[in-house]
Amino acid sequence: MTIAPVCPAPLMHHETVQMAHGAGGRLSQALMQRIFMPHLHNVFLDQLDDQAKLELQPGRVAFTTDTYVVSPVFFPGGNIGELAVNGTVNDLAVGGATPLYLSAGFVLEEGFALAELETIVISMAEAARKAGVMIVTGDTKVVGKGQCDKIFINTSGIGLIREGVSLSCRNLQPGDTIILSGTVGDHGMAIMTSREGLSFQSRITSDSAPLNGMITAMLDVNPQLHAMRDPTRGGVAATLNELAVSSSVGIEISEAAIPVKAEVRGACELLGIDPLHVANEGKLLLAVAAEDAAKVLAIIRSFEVGRDAAIIGHVVHDHPGMVVMRTPFGSRRIIDLPLGEQLPRIC
Amino acid sequence: MKYIDEYRDPELARKLLGEIRKKATRPWTIMEICGGQTHSILRNGIDQLLPDTIELVHGPGCPVCVTPLESIERALVIAGKKEVIFTSFGDMLRVPGSSKDLFMVRSEGGDVRIVFSPLDALQIARDNPHKEVVFFAVGFETTAPANAMAVWQAAREGIRNFSVLVSQVMVPPAMRAILSSAGNRVQGFLAAGHVCAVMGYEEYEPVALEFQVPIVPTGFEPVDLLAGILKTVELLEEGCAEVVNRYGRVVSREGNPAARALISKVFEVTDRQWRGIGSIAQSGLALREEFRAWDAEKKFNVTHISASESPLCMSGSVLQGALKPDACPAFGRECTPEHPLGATMVSTEGACAAYYTYHRNCNTL
Repeated sequence: MTIAPVCPAPLMHHETVQMAHGAGGRLSQALMQRIFMPHLHNVFLDQLDDQAKLELQPGRVAFTTDTYVVSPVFFPGGNIGELAVNGTVNDLAVGGATPLYLSAGFVLEEGFALAELETIVISMAEAARKAGVMIVTGDTKVVGKGQCDKIFINTSGIGLIREGVSLSCRNLQPGDTIILSGTVGDHGMAIMTSREGLSFQSRITSDSAPLNGMITAMLDVNPQLHAMRDPTRGGVAATLNELAVSSSVGIEISEAAIPVKAEVRGACELLGIDPLHVANEGKLLLAVAAEDAAKVLAIIRSFEVGRDAAIIGHVVHDHPGMVVMRTPFGSRRIIDLPLGEQLPRIC
Repeated sequence: MKYIDEYRDPELARKLLGEIRKKATRPWTIMEICGGQTHSILRNGIDQLLPDTIELVHGPGCPVCVTPLESIERALVIAGKKEVIFTSFGDMLRVPGSSKDLFMVRSEGGDVRIVFSPLDALQIARDNPHKEVVFFAVGFETTAPANAMAVWQAAREGIRNFSVLVSQVMVPPAMRAILSSAGNRVQGFLAAGHVCAVMGYEEYEPVALEFQVPIVPTGFEPVDLLAGILKTVELLEEGCAEVVNRYGRVVSREGNPAARALISKVFEVTDRQWRGIGSIAQSGLALREEFRAWDAEKKFNVTHISASESPLCMSGSVLQGALKPDACPAFGRECTPEHPLGATMVSTEGACAAYYTYHRNCNTL
């Protein structure tokens, strides 16, 4: 057998991320042209400038940033790409803003499969389309093998705050109704049960989803919602505590009213975890005036992502800064912030 | 959800509470041994629902809480070694030694990993033949079979890069210590269901007879606990110092013979230090001579490391039921889950942590 002579030119077709993909040279360009642009292109990104030049309507602008380091990168119900888009879209939307433009910064580990990168970019494009936002600027860096874990993504986003909306975690009033837009703990348990080292199988999938459509519908009908948060890391327990502390009010919730999927409940029982401490990526917690509660609940339930919404409690004068849960037995207990790490790198 | 909902049935719980109220004619002090039961009692507010005459005091059955400081110090030294992958159940990582905890060792570059079973640690040893893999084998009779199995498998397969740091303790000697102590108030026990699943309840019969206390093996769900409390109250009212099983779906008199046989094959009974309590004779397990090659204390030569407790921490009294967590002067002030003075505030099964988490400010509840 003879080996054909090989041209000493550098190889341009790789199946994995090379250091040169982040060096600004030919491979960087190839990465742009073959993986990012075909899926993400839009009028702003197509300029290939160092910055996107945007025109915004007059008004107040919301601006947010978040970095995604989830492990595993692909998990039941999603991947790091759609999580990075949905998370930032939701952070804008819960402030009463209409999300418009996102940036995306990638840190790639040398050796990461380009096919996997492309899958992630495709789901980012898909998530952006669903949420009605554009990814208008971006950046890619490559670090050596072992210096990051496959892929980290930062997304920042801006949106325009709707007029007449003033949502704030300081707005809770005694008497307000607390609404939760669906089942708790799906994302965190999907990650946990798909981690190496936990050898059990489940059908739990992440709830990662954009919430801006549902939020817009609510604000169209009732712009006077008091507070709205997405209970991500730390779960519903952490978010309720933040709301209670910020508004110096007490919150009382009912254990029987909290929607939890049977699979999630089972996994939490096995692992000794409180579902209220587990992260969500497609849920809302709202405080609304009691007289608006039924109307708002009906709007939430009309959306697929809000199908399982429920009234879980109300705001009280007593025990300011504290969240108390009524058990089905008639006793009460404090709902505290989760302590320490339950599982690192869930988002 | 099957096997859960029927044991959390509010209607059944109400009936049992009614029965307890009817049966209890005098004040009684009952100790639940197990930290898991303490946690469930406070989480479900069972203590709030009982008549005032029934006092529950919380026992020493929290493995993290009673693991002596010197074992923690030894773990920290071993985990800091370059060649070591140190594995543990998650709770142990936050328990402070005299200057740091295992999380800090990890942040300094130590390879410290949370595992859910000692057999996972053994697998890590198989996968990393050039590393020394150590498992922190703490716990009561509940964890002993799996820990014994890991050592037994390592011996059978000749896996020499695996070892266990043993701090294994047993319930009956602790009950005897509590019942023999000067100010003991405990009149009856809820025995720990999971421990009894392994060991059975035969070994509690001499304790009940000698100290004239009823002992009732009980589960962890609200209905289990209430059924256990009801039976204990009935036995106390009748003056009956017997062992009566109220966890029949899991516990039998002889326990799990295969698990017990494996424990005796790998471990032998020894004196053991209990954090906050001190040394209790014949209260622990140590590896037998033929398994010493898997003893991390010997392998890493750390037996000389000793440590003493902070004099501020009163967890010893809490663990023996002599002091309620919120009666400790440091509770919620100098001592919180973020800055624990003692292990009872660290572990999710610790009585102080359970009070802090669920009942911190009792007058608001």
